[in-house]
Amino acid sequence: MAFDIYDFTSLTSSIHEGLATFLPPVGVLIAEWLLVGISVLLFVAVFGLILVYLERKVCALFQQRLGPMRVGKWGLLQTIADFIKLLMKELITPNKADKFLYNLAPFIVIIVTFMAIAAIPFAKGLQAIDFDIGVLYVSSVSSLGVIGVLLAGWSSNNKYSLIGAMRSGAQIISYELSVGMSLITMIILAGSMQISEIIQAQSTGWFIFTGHIPAVIAFIVFLIAGTAETNRGPFDLAEAESELTAGFHTEYSGIKFAFFFLAEYVNLFIVSAMATVLFLGGWMPFHVGSLDGFNAVMDFIPPIFWFFGKVMFVIFLIMWFKWTFPRLRIDQILTLEWKYLLPVNLLNILLMTLIVLMGWHF
Amino acid sequence: MKAIFHYVNDIIKGLSTLVSGMAVTGHYFFRPKLITTQQYPENRSTLKMKERFRGEVIMPHDTNNHHRCTGCGICEMNCPNGSIEIITKMIETPEGKKKKVIDKHIYHLGMCTLCNLCIKACPTGAIVMGQNFEHAVWDRSKLTKVLNQPGSEIMTEVKE
Ligand code: SF4
Ligand code: SF4
Repeated sequence: MAFDIYDFTSLTSSIHEGLATFLPPVGVLIAEWLLVGISVLLFVAVFGLILVYLERKVCALFQQRLGPMRVGKWGLLQTIADFIKLLMKELITPNKADKFLYNLAPFIVIIVTFMAIAAIPFAKGLQAIDFDIGVLYVSSVSSLGVIGVLLAGWSSNNKYSLIGAMRSGAQIISYELSVGMSLITMIILAGSMQISEIIQAQSTGWFIFTGHIPAVIAFIVFLIAGTAETNRGPFDLAEAESELTAGFHTEYSGIKFAFFFLAEYVNLFIVSAMATVLFLGGWMPFHVGSLDGFNAVMDFIPPIFWFFGKVMFVIFLIMWFKWTFPRLRIDQILTLEWKYLLPVNLLNILLMTLIVLMGWHF
Repeated sequence: MKAIFHYVNDIIKGLSTLVSGMAVTGHYFFRPKLITTQQYPENRSTLKMKERFRGEVIMPHDTNNHHRCTGCGICEMNCPNGSIEIITKMIETPEGKKKKVIDKHIYHLGMCTLCNLCIKACPTGAIVMGQNFEHAVWDRSKLTKVLNQPGSEIMTEVKE
C-alpha cells in the first residue's frame, strides 16, 4: 500500500483499488462509506478526549493551578477515566419529558458535528467530500446544531433548560450572520467556495497575510462569532453554570450528556479548522516569497502537522478567550452582534471587494 | 461625525481592554512557576504553611513547662461562639499569699471558627495560632483540648 505523508491521495486511491479488486462497485462504495464513518467516529472520540484534557490543563495554567494531576502522569488518563465513568452512569429521563424529542436531541447535536467534519481537509487528499460549495456546506450544517439544542431545552420540561435553549437560539442565530459575513469576505478574496481550491489559492501566502487589513478584521470577527457559535465562554450564557445549572443539558446524564459535551469540543475543532482553512492556509506550509531554502524546510514538515498545529493555535486562542473574559449578559451579546460586528463586517466586505478589484492584495 | 468617532473609539477601546486582560492571563500561562496549588499528600514532608495561616489555637510552653497564661478569662469572654472555657484554681504561693492560677484552659477545636479574636484579646500573649491543619479524628471528644500542659506553671516574668 503506497503511503506518502505529504499526499494522501495515493493512499486513498490504493485503498479504493484494493477494494475494487474483490467487491462490486456498490460494495466498494458502501465499504468506503463505512471506512470514512468509522474514521470520523474514532477521530471525534479521540480528539474530543484530548481536547477536554487540554482545556482543563490550559484553564488551570491560566488560573495558576495545576489541573488534573492524579490519574496517570500529569493526569493524562483523567479524561479516559471520566469517559468510562460517564458510560456507566444511569440514563435518567425526567417525568413529563417529551421522551422522543428528549432522546433525539443529543443525536442531532452529535450527527451535525460529524456532517461538518466530512468537509474538513486534514491534509492533501485527506478530506471525505470536497464540495464545490464546501464553505457554505460547513456553515449551514453546523448551524443545524441549534435545533438539537432547542429540542433538548424544550423537551426536558425544565425551566433552566428552556431558558438556556432560548438564549442559545437567539445567540446562534444572530452570530451565524457574522460568521457568514466574515466567510464571504474571505470567499471574495479566494474567488471560490471549494475548500481545496481555497487552500490551493494560499500556496503562495496565507490569506491573513495576502489579504492584510480586511483579512485581519475578518479573522477577529470570525474568532468572536465562532466562539459565540460554539456556546463557549465568554458567550456561554446558554449553559451559564452559576444561573442555569447547565442550561439546555441540565437533565441529561451519562452517555447522552457525553454527546453534548463531545459535540461542544468537536464544534470548537470545526470552528478552528474553518479559521485555519480560510485564514491560515489550511494544511499549506508557511512560505515566504522567494526564500527557497526556508520554504524547502517548511515543506519538509508534513501538511497534516501544519494543519493540526494551526488548528491547535486557534483552539488555544479560543480557550484563552474563555478563561480570561467574564460572561456577557444577553443584551450585551446582542448589542455586540447587531451594533458592532455586523456594521464592521459590512464595511469590511466593501473594503475587501475594493482591494480585490483594484488588485491591492499580494 | 462625532458619533462615528465615538463608535470607532468604542471599538478600539474595547479591543485594547480585551487585549490587556489577555496579557494578564497570558503572563500566568507562560510562567508555570507562579502556580500556587500544591500536590498535598505527596509533599507532606516538605509542606510549609504561610505564617499567617490559622490552623488551631495553641499555647506555647517553654522547656521548663512554663506558659504565659494568667487565667484572666479575657479570651473566654472574647470568643464569639464559646469555644474556650477557663477553669481556675486558688493556690498558696511560697510567701503564703493566695493566688488565682489557671487550672484548665479548655479549647473546643470543633466549634472554633479560627477568627483570631481570642489571640488578639489575650493581654499576655499566652495563646497563638498553630500551623497544624490535619485535624481529622474518629471521635468528636478528641476535638476538645486542654491547652495548658499537665503540671505546667506560669512564667515568673509574666506581670499580672
Ligand atoms: S479563634 Fe475565635 S472562635 Fe476560635 S477560640 Fe479564638 S475567639 Fe473563639
Ligand atoms: S489565654 Fe490569655 S486571655 Fe486567655 S486566660 Fe490565659 S492569659 Fe487570659
